[in-house]
Amino acid sequence: MTEHIVIVGGGTGGSVLANDLADRLDTELDAGEVAVTLINDGPEQVYKPVWLYVPFGKRDPDDGRRPLADLVDDAVDVRTDRVTDIDTDGQRLQLRDSMDDISYDHLVLATGSTLASEEIPGLAEGGHDYYSEDGATALREELLDFSEGHLVLSVIGSPHMCPAAPLEFVFMADDWFRERGLREDIEITYTYPVQRVHGNAHIAEWAAPLMDERQITTETFFNADSVDPDAQTVTSMEGAELDYDLLVTVPPHRGVDLIADAGLGDDGWVDVDRHTLEAEAATDVYALGDAAATGVPKAGSVAHYQAGVVGQRLASEVRGQIPTATYDGKTICFIETGMDAASFVEFDYENPPSPAPPSEKLHWAKLAYNESYWLTARGLV
Amino acid sequence: MTDIDPDRTVDARGATCPGPLMDLIGEMRRADAGTVVELLSDAPQSLTDVPEWADEAGNDLLAVDEGDDHNAFYVEKS
Repeated sequence: MTEHIVIVGGGTGGSVLANDLADRLDTELDAGEVAVTLINDGPEQVYKPVWLYVPFGKRDPDDGRRPLADLVDDAVDVRTDRVTDIDTDGQRLQLRDSMDDISYDHLVLATGSTLASEEIPGLAEGGHDYYSEDGATALREELLDFSEGHLVLSVIGSPHMCPAAPLEFVFMADDWFRERGLREDIEITYTYPVQRVHGNAHIAEWAAPLMDERQITTETFFNADSVDPDAQTVTSMEGAELDYDLLVTVPPHRGVDLIADAGLGDDGWVDVDRHTLEAEAATDVYALGDAAATGVPKAGSVAHYQAGVVGQRLASEVRGQIPTATYDGKTICFIETGMDAASFVEFDYENPPSPAPPSEKLHWAKLAYNESYWLTARGLV
Repeated sequence: MTDIDPDRTVDARGATCPGPLMDLIGEMRRADAGTVVELLSDAPQSLTDVPEWADEAGNDLLAVDEGDDHNAFYVEKS
């Protein structure tokens, strides 16, 4: 009998895991003892970190797309379809474009994040973002025309993808406007939902003085409640109101409805054991990357490391062994501090981050990694 | 122990800072005025985060029950 491993989602976590399994279980796959299926709702993988650079004219959205078929080992069955229902009792999945259900013995949910701009009245009409291809492209046009006024970067809600990106955006915008001789005519304000400038206290402590040096105004305990596109104001739950000329936001994030509908967690995030990554509400179900509610950042490095853990655990289970691999919270992240300098953090559940001094070398290291990312997706790096 | 009967409960036990506070804010965002939300948190920083935010947002922190393994916060939306 063939054991069927199904991965839902072809982002970083899904593709790294698929290739990890193709390598780790090559003997079992060749013998027909195991089958691996990767289901994604489109034929391409989208590498979202590219979007940060699009508004500044440094990258194009196409730079962040590759066909999944080129990234994933031929031993894996890659299907383009959308899972519409998960029956964790019957261990079956319904698909949008197929009349036939898929059964699984082991399910891995790597369904990622979605944006929920509609939760904030006026946001879709009044705000821009760089957390989507369309948003980043539209923001590029706005930024090119922006030569004076008040730019507000508002982080609305948490968790969100890439927790460093809001800091990166204002640091890069500050530098970009300075290089173009416009900074004296542009005020930059950064708002954050809690009482400091980043969710992680160590990163907040490092970033706050940098923001002061760069004349980036900060508003903390600011949870945007509504946007008035006509008056160009954003109002917070705490009663503050900010005028803006250009509003850039990190919109509210949610997982996919599929997760909540299956009773696996709220808001589309799967409740998991943060070490084993096993779903709490169902057996033979794992989650990784953004979809897993582990409390660590929703970042590509996290998905990458978690995929290795899930790959080891699944291989053990297929072989009738006790799985022992666990995720320790490892996260690494580059943080751009301008157009040609960056910092770097590495941390886990036990050890907090200590941001490295910004340098040009780290900036180039980040760009080099972004270029070589496709090797990670293919399971080579 | 308080005898407050909350309208909604947010169980953020196991979440690290600022997760519990953000979970509370998310629930308060959806709540009508007068709604009492109970937040369960085992993150020590919630003891300072939650009162600070409730004060900043003008909501009433009705009570804090400090337990051995977690704390319960009762916040009424103004």
